[in-house]
Amino acid sequence: MNLTLKIWRQKGPKDQGKMVDYKVSDISEHMSFLEMLDVLNEQLIEKGEEPVAFDHDCREGICGMCSLYINGEAHGPDRGVTTCQLHMRMFNDGDTIYIEPFRAKAFPIIKDLTVDRSAFDRIQHAGGYVSVNTSGNTQDANAIPIPKDDADKAFDAATCIGCGACVASCKNSSAMLYVSAKVSQFALLPQGQIEAKDRVLNMVNQMDLEGFGNCTNTGACEVECPKGISLENIARMNREFLKASIK
Amino acid sequence: MSTLDSKIPKGPLKDKWTSYKDKINLVNPANKRNIDVIVVGTGLAGGSASATLAELGYNVKAFCYQDSPRRAHSIAAQGGINAAKNYQGDGDSVYRLFYDTVKGGDYRSREANVYRLAEVSANIIDQCVAQGVPFARDYGGLLDNRSFGGVLVSRTFYAKGQTGQQLLLGAYSAMNRQIARGKIQMHNRHEMLDVVVVDGKARGIIARNLVTGEIERHSAHAVVIASGGYGNVYFLSTNAMGSNATAAWKIHKKGAYFANPCYTQIHPTCIPRSGDYQSKLTLMSESLRNDGRIWVPKNMDDVKAIREGKLKPTQIAEENRDYYLERRYPAFGNLVPRDVASRAAKERCDAGYGVNATGEAVYLDFASAIQRYGKEEALVKGLDASDAKLVKKLGQDIVKAKYGNLFQMYEKITDDNPYETPMMIYPAVHYTMGGIWVDYNLMTTVPGLYAIGEANFSDHGANRLGASALMQGLADGYFVLPYTIGDYLSNDIRTGEISTDSPEFEEAEKSVKDTIEKFINNKGSHSVDYFHKKLGNIMWNKCGMSRNEQGLKEAIQEIKELREQFWKEVNVPGTANEFNKELEKAGRVADFLELGELFAKDALHRTESCGGHFREESVETDGEQKGEALRDDQNFAYVAAWEYKGEPSDAVLHKEQLEFNDIELKQRSYK
Repeated sequence: MNLTLKIWRQKGPKDQGKMVDYKVSDISEHMSFLEMLDVLNEQLIEKGEEPVAFDHDCREGICGMCSLYINGEAHGPDRGVTTCQLHMRMFNDGDTIYIEPFRAKAFPIIKDLTVDRSAFDRIQHAGGYVSVNTSGNTQDANAIPIPKDDADKAFDAATCIGCGACVASCKNSSAMLYVSAKVSQFALLPQGQIEAKDRVLNMVNQMDLEGFGNCTNTGACEVECPKGISLENIARMNREFLKASIK
Repeated sequence: MSTLDSKIPKGPLKDKWTSYKDKINLVNPANKRNIDVIVVGTGLAGGSASATLAELGYNVKAFCYQDSPRRAHSIAAQGGINAAKNYQGDGDSVYRLFYDTVKGGDYRSREANVYRLAEVSANIIDQCVAQGVPFARDYGGLLDNRSFGGVLVSRTFYAKGQTGQQLLLGAYSAMNRQIARGKIQMHNRHEMLDVVVVDGKARGIIARNLVTGEIERHSAHAVVIASGGYGNVYFLSTNAMGSNATAAWKIHKKGAYFANPCYTQIHPTCIPRSGDYQSKLTLMSESLRNDGRIWVPKNMDDVKAIREGKLKPTQIAEENRDYYLERRYPAFGNLVPRDVASRAAKERCDAGYGVNATGEAVYLDFASAIQRYGKEEALVKGLDASDAKLVKKLGQDIVKAKYGNLFQMYEKITDDNPYETPMMIYPAVHYTMGGIWVDYNLMTTVPGLYAIGEANFSDHGANRLGASALMQGLADGYFVLPYTIGDYLSNDIRTGEISTDSPEFEEAEKSVKDTIEKFINNKGSHSVDYFHKKLGNIMWNKCGMSRNEQGLKEAIQEIKELREQFWKEVNVPGTANEFNKELEKAGRVADFLELGELFAKDALHRTESCGGHFREESVETDGEQKGEALRDDQNFAYVAAWEYKGEPSDAVLHKEQLEFNDIELKQRSYK
């Protein structure tokens, strides 16, 4: 198929950016979206132009490195996938595709389609852990039985890949889905109880400091999340926050 | 030829690690505060090492090329992690895990290291659970296990198909705790481009800030390389796009020996290639072989009809299917080790029975597992077990609960629904058992320079068993290195901060800058990927699943020529002082172009077949094992450690003879 691409180009964090048109031809429907961009970049290099900078690494939907806002949706039109798993069969010959970076005040642009998501790491530094030493001299792993249902729910929350699609999709650029996934994982497990109060207060505080917006229960984040992280986690975090705040 | 001192402690195998730990030197907490350690890479090995060293009190400087330590490629490991917990009561023990690993590695690993690995494996599970890693549990609330290839027990702990993710996020959380305390200085989007050796000891690194292009000097009392394997030398592999051998190769050039580069794991169950544009290959976890059965049609007519789209695999009757693993290896069936399963798939496809257009695919079929689970579930729920539709639905639900994310991934990539039709799979490059040579302390041949995780060579011999990479990464980082490095650093308590103003730092920085300038000013006619793909083709065709003398000799010559062409004709757009992905790739491919040649040289010298290294000249010619790989213990029961001397062709071989006191060397049989 032949496509027209409208891509956000921006030399550096302080430069003015703009949308630039490109054409690609003979794209196979079996290609992934990023392989299509590889084709474009090869073309640009051949012509002596600068290739488009975009983040990507594992290309199997788990590292959370790839981003891209494609035709107005984080990770593009397919559901339950990251951009690297999006395949060209989702598009038609002759389509015009708009490709932008994830946009949020807390995700400044580094170059072209690459953004800085280190705010996510700083939220984790504020409490996204259980304070246990790595000595290996903990109790036996089977000493605390955990109801399967709780373990499964904690796992579901823990599958967040930290890509930032929730922030990019939210009209308020809120990071509530991301933060609540980590808070929920520990809130559901006995290991997380000891530090539960400080954790939720500190992580939410850091989230606010980073400049993420608030949640107004629209639910766009849940729809666009490549890992299907549930909105229930936000409700759980709100309960945890309330519990920690009134004592 | 010098002999390599592996520094294996004396005494019985079972007591070595314990009595060694009792006697090694420690550093007191006040002194640890004055000691810096650099860790390059933040996967399971690097992440767990950084967290533990920081927790002990050392100042850790950690580096990763990704935008966050959580993105290291350990995150993509799917199936599980082994540990000798024997929770299933099926006869597992430390000895059995040790034995399985040595046998699985085709008797080319170091006994003492493997025993230690098995010994600390149980602690890993305790540690991870304490951190809040949500492993799969059964209805009683206790931990569940599954089986992996090459063993007869269920010792693999898992978190659906995302075990690596959950373990890495555990290590990442332990890191975050130390980053918050200021004990880890985290350098994201940084790439190590050289190690600095002062007075014979590793004292720092040169790193490039990938966002600004700035070249930075970082000093430390010891340097730990945890940068993973070199599978991307094949261009196409299951590794991440950025996975690279640069850190490992740079230290090799500064004196660290490189061991057994030809030991590469080609994983049997990956999604087949679909076209020339392909940028990477995707693994389908080995755990699928617990329930999936591998087959190709028995009759060539059926193969042809399938390729022409006239026949569907589900239409082929049971008796016309060749479940070739179950046929050839009745004892282990579909759960033979990876090297064996990969070669068997290649054998069938080479014989013309491949089931896709390229002829390079076999089926992985879940129909019988769906039936089996469905019937069981119907009985448990008191429903009608003779209702075929209901049974199928119930069975699919169970399979979904076990492997849901893998099935979804398969469907998204191939547009086929694996609940209804068998998956198509083919082997792909996955892991490298070879790596930087280390002694029992995990120290390289350069004092103060360590290599852990996939970056070193030590534990998996010539073939790694499934679910053992996660085990080794975490064992090295959490439980081994933190002890052994203390013994070395105890001599450094009076050294004080290492200056970065020395001539050694100056020189290393200059050489890094010169190389970058060369790339930027080269203005050649081909992109970096152009050369990388060519290298990948040579590697796959001549150093792939089976190798022979002529092919390897050709590979050496072709890689050398390609390398010369690369330096003349590579085109790196942009400038040095900016975010420049092409420049990053250029440096990595330059190193792969050297490593690839050493790889072929190593494969050429090892004229036996062992594990993932299969030499066509060395096979069993008769008896029950006819056609299977033939090892040569008389001449090759050693580790080949190569010393850098300029060109890869000049590399000098050093041998570490492997001693097997607790295990008898045998032909590996899975029949």
